[in-house]
Amino acid sequence: MAITRDDVLKWVTTFAQVIEENHEMLTNLDREIGDADHGANMRRGFKAVLEKLPSVEDKDIGTILKTVGMTLLSKVGGAAGPLYSTMFMKAGTSIGAKTEMELNDWAQALEAGTVGIANLGKAQPNDKTMLDALYPALNALGAAMGNGTSTGEALQKSADAAHEGMLATIPLVARKGRASYLGERSAGHQDPGATSTYFLIKSAADTWKDC
Amino acid sequence: MKKLINNPEDVVKEELKGIELAHPDLVKVFYDPDFIVRADAPVQGKVALVSGGGSGHEPMHGGFVGKGMLDGACPGAVFTSPTPDQMLEATKAVDGGAGVLHIVKNYTGDVMNFEMAADLARGEGIEVESVLVDDDVAVENSTWTAGRRGVGLTVLMEKIVGAAAEEGRSLNECADLARKVNAQGRSMGMALTSCTVPHVGKPSFDLPEDEMEIGIGIHGEPGRHRMKLESADKITEMLVGPVVEDLPFKEGDEVLLFVNSMGGTPLIELYIVYRKAVELLKAKGIKVVRHLIGPYITSLEMAGMSITLLKMDEDLKKLWDAPVKTAGMRWGI
Repeated sequence: MAITRDDVLKWVTTFAQVIEENHEMLTNLDREIGDADHGANMRRGFKAVLEKLPSVEDKDIGTILKTVGMTLLSKVGGAAGPLYSTMFMKAGTSIGAKTEMELNDWAQALEAGTVGIANLGKAQPNDKTMLDALYPALNALGAAMGNGTSTGEALQKSADAAHEGMLATIPLVARKGRASYLGERSAGHQDPGATSTYFLIKSAADTWKDC
Repeated sequence: MKKLINNPEDVVKEELKGIELAHPDLVKVFYDPDFIVRADAPVQGKVALVSGGGSGHEPMHGGFVGKGMLDGACPGAVFTSPTPDQMLEATKAVDGGAGVLHIVKNYTGDVMNFEMAADLARGEGIEVESVLVDDDVAVENSTWTAGRRGVGLTVLMEKIVGAAAEEGRSLNECADLARKVNAQGRSMGMALTSCTVPHVGKPSFDLPEDEMEIGIGIHGEPGRHRMKLESADKITEMLVGPVVEDLPFKEGDEVLLFVNSMGGTPLIELYIVYRKAVELLKAKGIKVVRHLIGPYITSLEMAGMSITLLKMDEDLKKLWDAPVKTAGMRWGI
């Protein structure tokens, strides 16, 4: 079954709820190795996204995701603003004027978003960033699709891999973003960006499990 | 948390309203997107300077908008980079046809947001140049980090390049001058206490009563080293040493010495530090020809200070002395 426009809207809404429930935890993670604003910024951004969504709910998936991206760009700030914005805008451009997408479209969109983040942030794997959740999610999704796994199962494998990637940031020494100023002292802490990214992938797996 | 605020979410908006009411002769304030421009913007034929960053560093940047310094400033949420739409609108509002220079402190978020804003502004036909400030010697291994942070030198760059723009220098000349200032200046800071971001409600890091952080940034990020508290003279040595060695500043150099309060440290202590810093520099044959002492680039209520040295020449001295009329810095007018 395809992932419809309504499923995409549900995914964004679910992610916004997850951010609302976990914003304090994200800010606390950021307080340990950054500047204590990740949860607050994401919360502000996705509150604005929820206000904006009704105006595009009858549009194609590309328009919906690009609108999310533009809203985040003007509401989040910090590093997460441009990075999440790029993720949604590149994904939206990749999917384009479709009102339904297949799992393969999602895989391509996720890849486009990931490449966009990597280019903008100039980060490598294991730099202790969002990418450490994204790359594993992308790879697991590709592998599962190659094995002919069902959509729900493939998305779950992708979310599991993002979870592992998130946990794997704990021992890493940060090389990008404000945590990098701590040097070795950044090790032993979970990356807040990788954590919110895991929530994003998990929200997709949870909302689209029956697609 | 004990703060003179109403609702944490209204802190920046209410601050802007206060600035608007206090300084109508100096600035105009715009909301949603939030930005501040000098009262007579756009000044036709003059290169315009725009900077911005998270709030919580007052008087930087909004307090430096006015004749002889910045044309526009974009305040983000506390310690959070502003967004490209703010920067784009500020850039459009100050463009007097001679181009706009973005002064960007080297932080991941600031750099990415300003990069996107510059692209958008160029798309609308405005000539935009960007310069990065990255003067913090406390970031030791910049190959493996986001690079050195922009700290105290930002204030000096905004004053000096602001004077050059006022004098009628071109966009390229202003950008080159800014890069020269960045190449000739270095800073390092330390904290005696942490600070509390209003919407977080608890200190950004925990610092026991008898300890200090050496090499802090300006966003409540912890520093590189934590150690037992020392005397003012010892602490001054710990900062002046690495700053001098990094450039390096040499015997015979003339410098501007900037002793900055992180917000909570009073002037009485800054003068104690200044006294020791001048003594240390004199011993190395380095002559302090200009100075700045006070809270200019702060980190909310953090107690602590930073030391910035800028190698001066005749042009820089002249530009430093040129008239400036802003809420946070005013002389010669």
